[in-house]
Amino acid sequence: MLTIANVSRVFESESGQVEALRNINLEVFDKEFLCFIGPSGCGKTTLLRIVAGLDQPTSGEVFLEGKTIKSPDPERGMVFQEYSLFPWRTIIDNIAFGLEMKGESKEKRRRIALKYLELVGLEAFERSYPYELSGGMRQRVAIARALANDPKVLLMDEPFGSVDAQTRNFLQGELLRIWCETRKTVLFITHSIDEAVYLADRVVVLSARPGQIREIIKVDLERPRLRTSVEVNVVRERLLGLLGEEQARGCGETVCWTGI
Amino acid sequence: MISAIRRYGVEITSLCVAVVIWQLTAPYVTRGDFTLPGFTDVLASFFSLWDVMITDAATSLLHFGIGMAAGICVAIPLGVGMGWFRVIDRIFDPIIEILRPIPPLAWIPFAIVFIGLTHTSAGTIVFIGAVFPILLNTYQGFRNVPKVLIEAAMVLGCTRNYDLIRKVAFPSAIPDIATGIRVAMGVAWMCVVAAEMFGVSTTGIGYKISHWMHLYRMDHVMAYMLLLGFIALFINRAFRFLIVERLSRWRKGVVA
Repeated sequence: MLTIANVSRVFESESGQVEALRNINLEVFDKEFLCFIGPSGCGKTTLLRIVAGLDQPTSGEVFLEGKTIKSPDPERGMVFQEYSLFPWRTIIDNIAFGLEMKGESKEKRRRIALKYLELVGLEAFERSYPYELSGGMRQRVAIARALANDPKVLLMDEPFGSVDAQTRNFLQGELLRIWCETRKTVLFITHSIDEAVYLADRVVVLSARPGQIREIIKVDLERPRLRTSVEVNVVRERLLGLLGEEQARGCGETVCWTGI
Repeated sequence: MISAIRRYGVEITSLCVAVVIWQLTAPYVTRGDFTLPGFTDVLASFFSLWDVMITDAATSLLHFGIGMAAGICVAIPLGVGMGWFRVIDRIFDPIIEILRPIPPLAWIPFAIVFIGLTHTSAGTIVFIGAVFPILLNTYQGFRNVPKVLIEAAMVLGCTRNYDLIRKVAFPSAIPDIATGIRVAMGVAWMCVVAAEMFGVSTTGIGYKISHWMHLYRMDHVMAYMLLLGFIALFINRAFRFLIVERLSRWRKGVVA
């Protein structure tokens, strides 16, 4: 169980204070797929970075199985929005990086890395370098690299934000398959309502800055979900409405957003 | 042979035409008692001087080697430290900013007085020429390590400074360090000639250039000049082959 308790984050800058997050309280269940959605600049990434241990909350705490999170740890894997593979390492060596840091033996590293390379379906690229792969493939390798450490939680910060729409749909399907096979707790940030509804058990809607939890929507639909089904669209409309309000508040506008 | 001509035909023709023009015009370029040595004169010098030239080249390469080795040994660790730790940067930056603009050749009097007319003295001048380009590029390389790579490594369990430098920052900075070394080699070769002209030893290409000038043998001077060029070209190519080719396996595009 991952618990986010009263987390607030204020950034100090020369032009004054920016309140990114205010009083976030959230419990994430084991093996849950949780999506975060909200207007840009609402602090989604900041929240994920705090859970990763890459940033510290101004007040409040995050617990994983009762222990406070203070610094980055392999028990919380992360996939970044930007391409984050080490360009000087081959694909297999990228995946094995975490195991190398753990001090695993060479054979064990290779065995585990191969397993995860197969899991993401890229065994043909074992000896390739990241620049030889497309954007979508690189993100799949990044997922394999995070999973190779066998983390309890997988944090994903808009991992499919920079790939084209077709690839994106494919990667979402792949991610669900991988999630079903590995059963990790996943925290997934997205801009796309479509993506959130397709993937999540629950969708957390954050408000415009300062980020607060506006609403948590349970998506109680069987997987694989049909993107065009009525049930999916009911949830989509609800999210569109909520997000539209937040977007308008964020811009200081009072446009009525009907959703579709 | 045929295929080589087909591939490099234009380049080979260009070189040949330049040599012919040189040979034909040389007798008309005169000043006082001097006449510009033609291609055949220089070629003759090469043949007559070949044995000593090897010794001279070895001496010059010794000076070059001392300076470059010392430069690399000092500049890379210092650049790594300054690029990674803010405190080290602040300690050394003011000193370096003051020393760096001094042309390496201005250190020659100091080197001669305090070290004497020795190989070490020449090596010191070369070192001063080589150290700053390597230092600055290493520093830049460390500054430019993408933040996301550092964070990705930290999340994967690589959190100690030592590991982050060794596993992430250093490999990421290698292309910049390689560029620094290449720039440094150019400066270092210049410093070799200048240092030797001041007579730190009785062999060496730079020394021989000034030696033959005093004996009015411009054909020999020119032969040594060409030798300088060839060695520099060779060093550069060898470096390219050994280091840069290896880098381009993971790095698209050629390092400058």
